[in-house]
Amino acid sequence: MSAGAAALNENPAIVEPRWNGDYLFLVQNLISKDVRVRYRNMSLGVFWSLLNPLVMMGVLWFVFTKIYDTQIPHFAVFALCGIVPYNVFALSWLTGTTSLVESAALIKRVPVPREIIPISAVLSNCVHMSSQVILLLALVALTGEGVNIYWLFLPLVWFLELLFVVGLALIFSGLNVYVRDVRYVVESANVVLFWLVPIFYPLSRIPLEFREFYQYNPVAALVLASQRILVDGAYPQTSLLLKLATVSTLTFVLGWIAFRRLQSGFYNYL
Amino acid sequence: MIAGPRIEFREVWKGFQRHTGRLLLRAHVGNWFGRHRELETFHALKGVSFRVDSGESVAIVGANGAGKSTLLSLVAGLARPDSGAIAVHGRVAALLELGSGFHPDLTGAENVRLNAALLGIRRERIKEIFDGIVEFAEIGDFMDEPLRTYSAGMIMRLAFSVAVNVDPDVLLIDEFLAVGDHTFQTKCFDKILQFRRLGKTILCVSHVSGMAQQLCGRALWLDHGQLLLDGSIADVCEAYEGRSSIQG
Repeated sequence: MSAGAAALNENPAIVEPRWNGDYLFLVQNLISKDVRVRYRNMSLGVFWSLLNPLVMMGVLWFVFTKIYDTQIPHFAVFALCGIVPYNVFALSWLTGTTSLVESAALIKRVPVPREIIPISAVLSNCVHMSSQVILLLALVALTGEGVNIYWLFLPLVWFLELLFVVGLALIFSGLNVYVRDVRYVVESANVVLFWLVPIFYPLSRIPLEFREFYQYNPVAALVLASQRILVDGAYPQTSLLLKLATVSTLTFVLGWIAFRRLQSGFYNYL
Repeated sequence: MIAGPRIEFREVWKGFQRHTGRLLLRAHVGNWFGRHRELETFHALKGVSFRVDSGESVAIVGANGAGKSTLLSLVAGLARPDSGAIAVHGRVAALLELGSGFHPDLTGAENVRLNAALLGIRRERIKEIFDGIVEFAEIGDFMDEPLRTYSAGMIMRLAFSVAVNVDPDVLLIDEFLAVGDHTFQTKCFDKILQFRRLGKTILCVSHVSGMAQQLCGRALWLDHGQLLLDGSIADVCEAYEGRSSIQG
């Protein structure tokens, strides 16, 4: 009866009670909680989340077409292809990181599997940000290249990105329990990342010797793939997809292992 | 039902470090550079051993800070011991701080679903027990109102109703008699007695020895993290109250 529970533990001296619940149902409930709470407290609801990328796009468009004369065609759409994936990533990473500390009351009182907390924080953030993705796709379909066959790659690319963020959220949410400064490290890293993602410059401007390495950043890879698919209407290169898949999968596995190790101290530190 | 003990503790130690300022990077950096401060450890449990068989009801008595709540969180699987062995078999429902998963901006009905999912109730089962939960909590028309409009008593009633509907093998109760008014307390107590008749294992912390004596056959007396006495409820309560009155 307890064999399954015992196998989950590294420590054979502990046989824990089983949490015999419904993972999917719980994740669904946690996501719908976040979404409901968010939109009940906002009179303008979904428009707030659309306002940010549109304002950013406007500013970048002004700076790079009126001040610096960029050579990039369809600059507004090109910029949005970078802003939206970047926004989704940055906010998911941050909400994932703070999720455990914010749910401290829950974690100390209810024996739910802990990894569900950061995972559903990331997922509910993705639900929240999906309006931005829809905005991007709508804009591309209406003004740019229109829909093409390579759009079929978008779900794959986004899934790999999700895997990457979940992996990071598992690691950083766990670390944030022990050292509360971690969230500020993540915030700063997001600012740095904005410049390391090709949002307002094309990949061709990056010196050749850095280009290979540059593509190993999954956020950059996501942006590059989005630009290839949505702006150029082209196949997003196998080598790029392979790099994205490798780094994302590795991060996810690493995150899972790190979380298993970190969680034994959560009760004491929360 | 399984044979053998439901809960077994062998030489369980559990300590907490007083980590004032430890949660900031500054303290960690200090440690790496060798300015290692020895952290004071507070031992909540010091080598506690006992076993509780299936169907037993056991009360835990002791002064504040004796380690009662720590013991319950170890049984619930919330915390891990520093050393020693713990085995808990079956599904545990912990009525610790009721309503921990509740959110003030969600309605009563939404909170019930979320809380039930947190406690491990499956999707299909919630439909079956939902009406029962509402009825037991006596919330009625308020189910579709946000939780922040509820009184403290209503929240507790709702939380208790969800928790007892998990159908646990082991029920952990921490100061459960703070729930609602007198009528509702009686109702809760009847529900717990019903659990007992069904052969569930109950572990409860209570200062109200009258209720504990009615519910439990056996008691553990914890004192400063050590198990002072393990015996019948009458003996333990007599010894505990005797000592308490001497200390004044």
